[in-house]
Amino acid sequence: MAKIPEKELMRKGTTACPGCGAGHAMRYLLKAVGKDSIINIPACCWAVIPGVYPSRNLEIPLLYTAFETTGASSSGVRAALNAKGVDPREITVVGFAGDGGTADIGLQAFSGCVERGTDTIQVMYDNEAYMNTGIQRSGETPYGAWTTTTPVGSQKEWKKQPKKNMMEIAKAHGIPYAVTVSVGHPELMIEKIKKAKEIPGPKFVHIYAPCPTGWRSDPSNTIELAKLAVDSCVFPLYEIENGEYNIYKKPKEKTPVKEYLKLQGRFRHLPKEEVEKIQKNVDKEWELLLQKEKLMNDEE
Amino acid sequence: MSEEEEVFRIVVDPKDHRDLPRTVITDCPSDLMNKTGSWRTLRPIVDKDKCINCGICWKFCPDVSIHVKEDGAEVDYDFCKGCGICAKECPVDAIEMKKEEDYV
Amino acid sequence: MSEMKIVSGNYASAYGAKLSRAEVVAAYPITPQTEVVEKIASLVAEGEMDAEFIKVESEHSAMAASIAASNAGARAYTATSAHGLALMHELLMWASGARLPIVMTNINRAMGPPWSVWADHHDTLAQKGTGQLQFFCENNQEVLDSVIMAYKICEDEEIMLPAMIVEDAFILSHTKEPVEIYDQELVDDFLPPYDPDYKLDVDQPLGFGSLGMPDWYMDFRYKIFEAMEKVPEKVEEVNKEFEEVFGRDPGGLIEEYKTDGVDVLIVTMGSISSTSKDVIDELREEGHNIGLARLRTFRPFPVEKFRELIKDVNVVGVLDRNYTFGHGGDAAREIKDAIYGYHDPIVKDYIVGLGGRDLTPKILKNIMEDAISLQDKGLDEEIEWVDLKVNQERWRR
Repeated sequence: MAKIPEKELMRKGTTACPGCGAGHAMRYLLKAVGKDSIINIPACCWAVIPGVYPSRNLEIPLLYTAFETTGASSSGVRAALNAKGVDPREITVVGFAGDGGTADIGLQAFSGCVERGTDTIQVMYDNEAYMNTGIQRSGETPYGAWTTTTPVGSQKEWKKQPKKNMMEIAKAHGIPYAVTVSVGHPELMIEKIKKAKEIPGPKFVHIYAPCPTGWRSDPSNTIELAKLAVDSCVFPLYEIENGEYNIYKKPKEKTPVKEYLKLQGRFRHLPKEEVEKIQKNVDKEWELLLQKEKLMNDEE
Repeated sequence: MSEEEEVFRIVVDPKDHRDLPRTVITDCPSDLMNKTGSWRTLRPIVDKDKCINCGICWKFCPDVSIHVKEDGAEVDYDFCKGCGICAKECPVDAIEMKKEEDYV
Repeated sequence: MSEMKIVSGNYASAYGAKLSRAEVVAAYPITPQTEVVEKIASLVAEGEMDAEFIKVESEHSAMAASIAASNAGARAYTATSAHGLALMHELLMWASGARLPIVMTNINRAMGPPWSVWADHHDTLAQKGTGQLQFFCENNQEVLDSVIMAYKICEDEEIMLPAMIVEDAFILSHTKEPVEIYDQELVDDFLPPYDPDYKLDVDQPLGFGSLGMPDWYMDFRYKIFEAMEKVPEKVEEVNKEFEEVFGRDPGGLIEEYKTDGVDVLIVTMGSISSTSKDVIDELREEGHNIGLARLRTFRPFPVEKFRELIKDVNVVGVLDRNYTFGHGGDAAREIKDAIYGYHDPIVKDYIVGLGGRDLTPKILKNIMEDAISLQDKGLDEEIEWVDLKVNQERWRR
């Protein structure tokens, strides 16, 4: 496994919360894509994290864009570069949006961008709710979570719907490469994003970025959570390359989901039966993923 | 021109609208504008004798505020927000989180 | 070599984009704009136009992609109509706030419900508060000329604002007229390549569009105000230059048709101006002292010019091909606003032609005769809806 590049393209003095997983996400992403990159950031935590006018935090050009538009904005930048005769392998165009800006309000633009075959890396840094506007539920909020719009209460109104599967949505577009990465495994994350960078066409990177503020977890636990999510198979690390699945890091021993849940206040209200339900579901999804991986390998 | 002045390519400390670019184009480095060290309630203290220079703290800091020097890890207290990740991830327990008020 | 072609307004728009050497075109089809998009696609496919055509999945994305491309230093062009324009609304505001010289053709079409694809100025005027320059065209030649002119005006470093060139649905978009397609070299001399001061550049990493606190936001807005105030002068300057290079006058701020010393002034926008001019001629032959002002630049509203024009006029009859849910039509309101405190003619607002309702010479003559009659009887009604089913007889006799 390669060492982490030393050069920093993210400066100090961000307004991110202490222990912010999105801070890790950007830092490692930039180490992977390098300085010859242009990044599009819609409304999300990262639209505010670089600071207010006149503050600049990144060492690459940053285009702030409207909430719904990451995919479209990325297409526009790539088209301009094409018009100027720039080879797509020379300058990387990145779309960097939260789960809202990718899976919900940004889904249309994401879909159009990927369907058109735009040469870009579309990144979803997933903190599992609309964090920048105050922890409201999103399509990526996991089952059982408290958010400000699923505030549990006496009516047990926690999030009832399952987490929207963006990897499958990306795959359904025939995307050349899609990968999940976790900030708890930066070497792997950087390796996979570097790989994505060299592939022509659209790529999707799903970063698991724990949010202490929204998850009601201790800021010091962000990396632990990012690792536990992988070890408990809540967030498996896998890639889909031209339709073929590859789980690139399998936990030696599956950690029980409750070890992951208990570090987060947003699951505190869940009774034992619900935790068991979650465990069953995680097991089912993991089995399904193993089968998908096997299916592709069997065909070879 | 000092290093600080050199990096202000568009605006040097804008005073009014005449100093502004045509739209909100930002170029002032965040580290010159926002010393986030003032946020701390807990501060990481590195025991340099225990430190093995593995670089894990540097790797996992979300604010690029701890660096590995020859004699051990060093915290940039101008920016460290006191999140405690470095202390939690250190494999040899060389970092302890202490109350900020004891050090100010 | 310049050549005369018989083309529709849609094709004229496409040729305008081609001659302007638009580098990125991001557009979504909507009736009756579809031929603009199709023509550009075919020009690109034939190697006649060197542009990146992004087949976006909605108008909102069309403007988003145009904004991104323009920020990256490319000359961006798009086209839409009615509901597509309305869908872009958020980003029309973004484009002006971001000070980007994006030029767009809008085909003036009625808003639904009821669904309509026909001519109406409501869609354009509903966006008048977005910081876009707005130019209303009378014929297809002007459509082509205006696209080229708009880039020249908008890319001026004192201006740097987006523009809308508007043409009436079907009447211009689909009707074929003779249009001179200029020699590319001539256009290249007039319109140099787009070269902004700052753009997305990996050698100079900047942020574009970050958060502005209350202590700075208003000052950025003031800069837009300053630019807008310079536009009328810039329009006249570029208009003059255009006339010198290409030999025709696209219309500037206001086209003054036989307005010298008139008692009655009719104000129109868009294609009805042509028919109206014929009726003006007829009425003048009958001895009436009447003229027509064709409002070509609606945003920014040419306040100074109007005040000058109206100085000795007794009656202003405004033909508003729009009802924007306020008290009457937009053009009449803007005119009254401009001349308040300066002059006090009778101003009557005629709401006409909504949803493609046809305006025949007969109806136009009845309107103008009504305006003339106000000199004796005074203002009867502030706002009058012309040629509704209920009053058809009165306006068609």
